[in-house]
Amino acid sequence: MEQRRPILSLKTGLVFLLPAFVFVLLFLIVPFVWIIIISFTNQSLTGVTALHPQFVGLGNYLDLFNFSTWMTRGNFGSSLFITMEFVIGSALIGQVLLGLALAVAFYHRKGTLREFVNTLVILAWIIPDVVVAFSWGAFLNRDYGTLNAILNAIGLGRPDWQLQYSLFAIIIFNTWRGTAFSMLLFSSALATIPPSYMETAEVLGATFWQKLRDILLPLLRGNIITDMILITLWTFNTFSPFLLTGGGPSYKTEVISIFTYRVAFKFFQFGEGGAIAVVTMAINFVLVMVYLFILRRQAVYS
Amino acid sequence: MRKFRKLLGSVYYYLFVALVVAFFGLPLLWLILAPFNSRSYLAVEIPANPTLDNFRAVFQNKFAMHALTQSNLILAVWTMFGITLISTLTAYALSRARIPGRNYMTYSLMLFSSVVTGTAAMVPVFLIISRMGLIDSYLGVILVIIGGNLPAAIFIMRDFVDGIPRSYEESAVVSGASPFQVFLDVALPLVRPGMMVIAVWAFVNAWGAFLIPFVLLRSPNKLPASTAIYSFYTEAGTPNIKLVSAYALLYTLPVVVFYLFINWKYGFRFFGGIKR
Repeated sequence: MEQRRPILSLKTGLVFLLPAFVFVLLFLIVPFVWIIIISFTNQSLTGVTALHPQFVGLGNYLDLFNFSTWMTRGNFGSSLFITMEFVIGSALIGQVLLGLALAVAFYHRKGTLREFVNTLVILAWIIPDVVVAFSWGAFLNRDYGTLNAILNAIGLGRPDWQLQYSLFAIIIFNTWRGTAFSMLLFSSALATIPPSYMETAEVLGATFWQKLRDILLPLLRGNIITDMILITLWTFNTFSPFLLTGGGPSYKTEVISIFTYRVAFKFFQFGEGGAIAVVTMAINFVLVMVYLFILRRQAVYS
Repeated sequence: MRKFRKLLGSVYYYLFVALVVAFFGLPLLWLILAPFNSRSYLAVEIPANPTLDNFRAVFQNKFAMHALTQSNLILAVWTMFGITLISTLTAYALSRARIPGRNYMTYSLMLFSSVVTGTAAMVPVFLIISRMGLIDSYLGVILVIIGGNLPAAIFIMRDFVDGIPRSYEESAVVSGASPFQVFLDVALPLVRPGMMVIAVWAFVNAWGAFLIPFVLLRSPNKLPASTAIYSFYTEAGTPNIKLVSAYALLYTLPVVVFYLFINWKYGFRFFGGIKR
């Protein structure tokens, strides 16, 4: 296959890549380098330090890792811990698992029901952030919300989602919001599996769980890891919970993106915001490495 | 035994579907019903006297309507064209030219863009846009949204382009078509379903964008609907529920209609399962 003459020469190919290259350079590589530089300065939006920021060494980082306060609510360590719970709950258990379940449930099924459910899941994904926040605000409302109306009807009372169970609320919210991507990814991956595999298993009398464990999951391994990486990163960096809770009450839902926002754009401490961003990016890179390491190890075993 | 197992499978399947429909549908009920209700209410109820008054009141709010019909449209349409065209061009080049490290490039670019994003990237992006003199301009917002979403679009598009047969393009090359002609006349029609998926996705991202316009725009008449919706708050800071819900529904309609149209015409799905 690769012996065939390429349709585009290398030179034309590079010309085609030019526009994307400019965007990547300007809005990915430059910000990446710049944020690292800013994190070592006391840059702010206004005042003397806006135009002539000073080099402060590791000052911003030392402030972040001030261990006497860092696990107190509204500080860096606490925010990281909240983010971790948020990612495990809404990205891994929520979106990836539910997306996979949806794709498998509708595997080889056609018809209106599938279309209807697909559309519903995708609607949750494409409706504007702000609208979703209002709709969920009403849904979770303690006294009038639909959720509590149902819970109350089956005798579970009216829990206060936004005050008492706020972290759980944004986890459920984010699962609802993002599952569509995983569903679409796994559906398209399943569509590439030759039908004969499943037919053979069927003839041999394999149960649903056996087919899932021995055929579908092993074939989807690469897709699952890719999905886990992307969803983890996106959840780590999502700002949407802000619209539902504003990071409150009393910082209980202040995930790292909201924390960064508060430091950088409410107090305009760009330097310190930069340091948070750099540490966040470093954690993200480590997570990617861990996932890829797991993927490689599993590939060796199987 | 086999028949029983099949029956049990159906029961589980429909139970699962019912739960999924409830989970994804219930939070949206309020959005569909509240705009037509004559009383301000956070609970889901079928309006006793359905009314369009709320919409009439929303149309009176020139500021919010301007945001919806001007700012949003400009931001979303330009972003959509930018992302769709550039990502298709890029994915095509990565698929058809033998560029060294191209497979590795698509994947790592995608991961890199997922890391350098959101509030973490907002500070330098803000400073870059300031230096370019594009604060408070649509162009600044459009460029930033394109830049942030391009790698993911390329990543998804790559599978579509890899999935189309090369033979048509090869015969076009043999009959002497230029690379650009091959791309425009032969390849583009074949990857159109993929481009439509990207177009919807790009439009949706720009249409719903909150943080980027909020940080980069200054003048009230440039703010998009995601911020203009807060003009339906009273001075005491509480939302006027009737008007907020009516405006929210108007704000949502374009993306839903666009998605339904593309899904009906081309089918909204990824292709090939996002290869590594």
